[in-house]
Amino acid sequence: MKFIKYLLVGILFGIVLTKSEAVSWYRIYEMFHFQSFHMYGIIGTAVVVGTIGLQLFKRNNLKDIHGEPISLPDKEKRFTSYFVGGIIFGLGWGLVGTCPGPIFILIGSGFMGIGIVLIGALLGTYLYGLLKNKLPH
Amino acid sequence: MLLLVYFGKTFGMSSNLRTMCSIMGAGKTSDFFRFDWKAQRWNLVVVLGAMLGGFIATQYLSDGSGVVLNPKTVTELNRMHVDEPNGKLLPDALTSADALQSPKVWGILLLGGLLVGFGTRYAGGCTSGHAITGLSNLQLPSLIAVVGFFIGGLIMSWLLLPLILK
Repeated sequence: MKFIKYLLVGILFGIVLTKSEAVSWYRIYEMFHFQSFHMYGIIGTAVVVGTIGLQLFKRNNLKDIHGEPISLPDKEKRFTSYFVGGIIFGLGWGLVGTCPGPIFILIGSGFMGIGIVLIGALLGTYLYGLLKNKLPH
Repeated sequence: MLLLVYFGKTFGMSSNLRTMCSIMGAGKTSDFFRFDWKAQRWNLVVVLGAMLGGFIATQYLSDGSGVVLNPKTVTELNRMHVDEPNGKLLPDALTSADALQSPKVWGILLLGGLLVGFGTRYAGGCTSGHAITGLSNLQLPSLIAVVGFFIGGLIMSWLLLPLILK
């Protein structure tokens, strides 16, 4: 039962990203070619709402549903892995137009071809796990 | 994202890829996958929900109008032999049953997935974890990652994609 709320969040996420066309390969292509405000609007709005929301959570010391104080883990401070990993991710994003969320959403929508992307993504994640200790971070 | 924070979790889709690797037994070959994936079950439920959401949105909440692009974008796409959206979310050139007959298309999809999967773990997050959660939480590392996303995306979209699709 406690999982229901996560299911609902997921459904909401899937519907919003599909209806806003953020799952569309075309929209990602267009974003990287600066030919539409569309994706910048979506991501920008999410970040503005998120920033204000998190600040309100923190400033008012709001508690989460379990009564614990709300805090997000800080990302570790380093450079190489964020930058290089980011570029590799971007290459893939620009090619197939799907980041990890939309991969699942699109498979749910019935685009079986994206199943191949998922296999690739799982292999890529696995490969990282194998190489992790050899990579600069 | 805010809802999940309220539930005491952080929003990030790509961690699920790691969880799935672990479930399939990747822990045998790498420490990275030896973690308590059962604690991540909530996130897999979000994935299931997202799939359902995608299904609901395309089956019941769609009027077939679909993506409308800048005409300039359409011309560029035509030059690369990519079909116009005409109400579709994804180009047939990549995902139609016909296209999936082609080993080249398989290669593109697999390579794209590979880059996304590898890059996202190396960078420690994807669009949801870095661009949305991280930037909202004013994290400098996330900004570095997002700049990286864009450099990679621009290189692919402007330089490599036209060569690959030719």
